[in-house]
Amino acid sequence: MKAGIVTFPGINRERDMAIALEAVCGKKPRMIWHTETDLSGLDLVVLPGGFSYGDYLRCGAMAAQSPVMGAVRQHAARGGYVLGVCNGFQILVEAGMLPGALLRNATLRFISADCHLRVERTDTVFARHYQRGQVFRAPMAHGDGNYFADPATLDRLEGENLVAFRYATQSGEITEAANRNGSARNIAGIYSENLRVLGLMPHPEDLVDPLMGGTDGKPLFEGLAVALPACS
Amino acid sequence: MKAVVTVMPKQGVLDPQGKAIGHALAGLGFAGVSDVRAGKVIEIDLAETDPARAKAAAEDMARRLLANPVIESWRVEVRGA
Repeated sequence: MKAGIVTFPGINRERDMAIALEAVCGKKPRMIWHTETDLSGLDLVVLPGGFSYGDYLRCGAMAAQSPVMGAVRQHAARGGYVLGVCNGFQILVEAGMLPGALLRNATLRFISADCHLRVERTDTVFARHYQRGQVFRAPMAHGDGNYFADPATLDRLEGENLVAFRYATQSGEITEAANRNGSARNIAGIYSENLRVLGLMPHPEDLVDPLMGGTDGKPLFEGLAVALPACS
Repeated sequence: MKAVVTVMPKQGVLDPQGKAIGHALAGLGFAGVSDVRAGKVIEIDLAETDPARAKAAAEDMARRLLANPVIESWRVEVRGA
């Protein structure tokens, strides 16, 4: 798998992402600056977490207009895979590559805590190493992770089975208490219609080694490495 | 010309900031505050001197960057500099 990580001014989780990708690929991902426009040869483009442009205007709004995003769109259009985590998810919705928006957390508080995610489908390159309904732990660290879309869009996402992960209790129940940022229908992550673009708020890349406190996030990256081996 | 773009959360979109301001106003003893919505105002100085063209440019800016149509509505006013 040839992976690249896009960095914007204010992004700060790109090295965590690089560690997770290198652990499964055995080689360092390409680091891509936001002014670059050539992403040819990459299987996977990752938009990592952080605070691009200081979260000014709206989280991800400035980054979504960067030169590199035109190339990310083209990469997705030619069938490439895209993963956006946290600020990366916010950038994907601001760029219109995924539907909806991420509002301020309902509590108005920045949430830095572990959450539990229930895997809603597993027939994707991102989730193939999880079981359907499996619950895994992931750290969350965001102030604006409250997923919003109008009811018709939410119905379409659910009808087309495009919800990737939901906030759940440790035993997999979808409850209000488990949904700490107030997301519509407990949605933590969604897929594009062709299942090649995934955006989620929590950070699977931060639990990929026992030294980090767990390996709950590792199956996501192992699944990608197995699914996209051709260019390794 | 100066364009003033006012961006507001759409009706029906949760506005926790407005809610928090409402609670704080109640805490200060202001009675009868039923709803508070918080948005932002963006002022843009434009070289354009034609009001209609200035307004059209500012509308385009609002649609493409200043507001997110999924969650926000906006209105544009233009004034002489």
